[in-house]
Amino acid sequence: MPFMPVKFNLPKRVKLAQGLWMIYWLSVIVGILIFSLGIFFKIELRKRSEMMDNNESHLVPNLLILVGLLACGVNAFGGKVCHDSLDPIKFAKWKPMLKPYLLLCCGFNALLLLTAMLCFLMQFAVYLTLAEGLKNSIKFYKDTDTPGRCFMKRTLDMTQIEFRCCGNNNFRDWFEVQWISNRYLDMSNDAVKDRVLSNVEGKYLMDSVPFSCCNPGSPRPCIQHHLTNNTAHYDYDHRIEELNIWTRGCREALFSYFSGMMNSIGVLVIATIILESVDMAGLKYLSTALETMEDPENPECESEGWLLEKGVKETFSELFAKLKTLGKTNQVEEGADAQEAAT
Amino acid sequence: MVLLKMKFTQQRRVRLAQGLWLMSWLAVMCGTFVFCLGVYLKTEMIRRAEVMENTEIHVVPNILMMVGLASIGTNWVATRVCQDSLDASRFPRWKVLLLAWFVVAALLCVLLVAVVVLSYALQGRLEESLKVGLRNGIRFYKDTDVPGRCFQKETIDRLQMEFRCCGNNNFKDWFEVQWVSNRYLDFTSKDVKDRIRSNVDGRFLLDGVPFSCCNPASPRPCLQYHLTDNTAHFSYDYQAEELNLHNRGCRQALIDYYMDLMNSTGPGVLSVILIQMSVILSLRYLQTAVEGAMALEDPEGDSEGFLLEKGVKETFEDVKAKVLAILQFGQVDPNAEESADTEKAASPTPAS
Repeated sequence: MPFMPVKFNLPKRVKLAQGLWMIYWLSVIVGILIFSLGIFFKIELRKRSEMMDNNESHLVPNLLILVGLLACGVNAFGGKVCHDSLDPIKFAKWKPMLKPYLLLCCGFNALLLLTAMLCFLMQFAVYLTLAEGLKNSIKFYKDTDTPGRCFMKRTLDMTQIEFRCCGNNNFRDWFEVQWISNRYLDMSNDAVKDRVLSNVEGKYLMDSVPFSCCNPGSPRPCIQHHLTNNTAHYDYDHRIEELNIWTRGCREALFSYFSGMMNSIGVLVIATIILESVDMAGLKYLSTALETMEDPENPECESEGWLLEKGVKETFSELFAKLKTLGKTNQVEEGADAQEAAT
Repeated sequence: MVLLKMKFTQQRRVRLAQGLWLMSWLAVMCGTFVFCLGVYLKTEMIRRAEVMENTEIHVVPNILMMVGLASIGTNWVATRVCQDSLDASRFPRWKVLLLAWFVVAALLCVLLVAVVVLSYALQGRLEESLKVGLRNGIRFYKDTDVPGRCFQKETIDRLQMEFRCCGNNNFKDWFEVQWVSNRYLDFTSKDVKDRIRSNVDGRFLLDGVPFSCCNPASPRPCLQYHLTDNTAHFSYDYQAEELNLHNRGCRQALIDYYMDLMNSTGPGVLSVILIQMSVILSLRYLQTAVEGAMALEDPEGDSEGFLLEKGVKETFEDVKAKVLAILQFGQVDPNAEESADTEKAASPTPAS
């Protein structure tokens, strides 16, 4: 009892072949789209790699690039098969390849499912890398004379300006590190000496933030220094002041940017899985419809197409039986042994 | 004396029609490109409209948009003409339209050339407009509580950060205006009172700049205030300090940006002009070749195609005579009156 049989006559077969050809080329375009999204994601990760301590995982964009290329190849082949399907001579040379091709498509769908899951799950890894990387960036902000870290200041300033954020969790992270290099501190000055002596590690700590934390939308010229001292500025209360500097932390800002990107890519990959399944079903119908023609010489005859030759349960039980026999090829059968011993 | 005559066999005519059909569709794409370019330039100029005093420079994107749309329509008509050109029954209906088509297409080419010239010629006006616009922006920076100007601060700050510039000509422009609003000045403080009394207009002038002038690439945390006072900061020399603030003025930065934009689109516009001109010439050849073929006894035979039936000078004289004839249509012809009088005098009056 075939699974989901459908009757086909010539016009229906022609329509199926044409429709399937168009869907295959649409899938090729979607494959190109996934490939370019993978490249875009890779470039974005590279751009922000200083904020992530240079050890972010490129697994997801690499997988997307691979999957995009595979999708193009697989679907282009499918389109070619559809194009030749209505010509019996040309189709005869593709016939033997159809079964392995459909198995390959199944495997490809599984790979797509893995990619979609990774897109959603790797966001946690990105979050943790960002937390660690930003903490180090703030620590190394002042090291503009240390080789390998001399551009950290510029990168962090540009990130805070672009993403409209300040610090790791919020602006108070800047109060806990020394972000002014010792080269620009007058160590003979009493005020400086007091500050340096006021903590165990001898760091010059201030209740100030860098200029990149300033919010241009504030009606007041930016207040960067002495943020917690209400008397240092005219008409200023640090508890109710909201617009002066960015209140969001950079980890949250960068994470929402990346997670938005990864979520949209994940949704696109799931849509691709559905499209590929439709492709596979259509190709199965087309190939079975062409095989079951009663009179191969007469193209006008009717035929039947199906998804599975027997029902779902029977197909699965056959599959399991085959797998079991594959495992048993080397074992000697007990019954055969006894028979040989008897004769 | 025919101008630039060429022989056309039937096959050559067919090839010309096909090639011209493809080229006309290419010209339609070019028209879309020109239109999109105009839209892009216009949006860029509208985004910075707050720092531009007048909108004279908007004539460049406006012309580009108009020409783009017109050229899409014109070249689409050319594709229809090509399709009908090899069918003798359908071609004659295009005869009248073709003259108008040539005039419109030539006008489009002239307008495109004018756009290229204008984009260079208007640079001076753009500079003037930016100078006044930026000067006002800096003056009204502090007026964040005045309706109509309350976003001036944010606009100027974002502009300075995005284009990495400071002030109109350079950062010293900020020393000459009061950019801190009176709402945030403590008038009981001695320092504030001194500063206000130190100039005639009673403005609070500082040797400081807003935070948006700060250069992120500086190795040192940004120094915004007391810029001319070397003793106010450790290891600081006002004359030698280069990286602390952006060095460029915003007017120069914006002009460089717009000129780069218009220069990079220059080659594109020039190639569109070339494509349009080749469409015009090919269509003229096709028109004359097909008309010549239709006049022959054997429509499949060889015919001649040319650009102008007579030489340039003679065609020009012809056109001038025609235009004058049309203009004189309303005037009574003096010769015709005289002959009418002599006729009347010659013919005897009816016998009384």
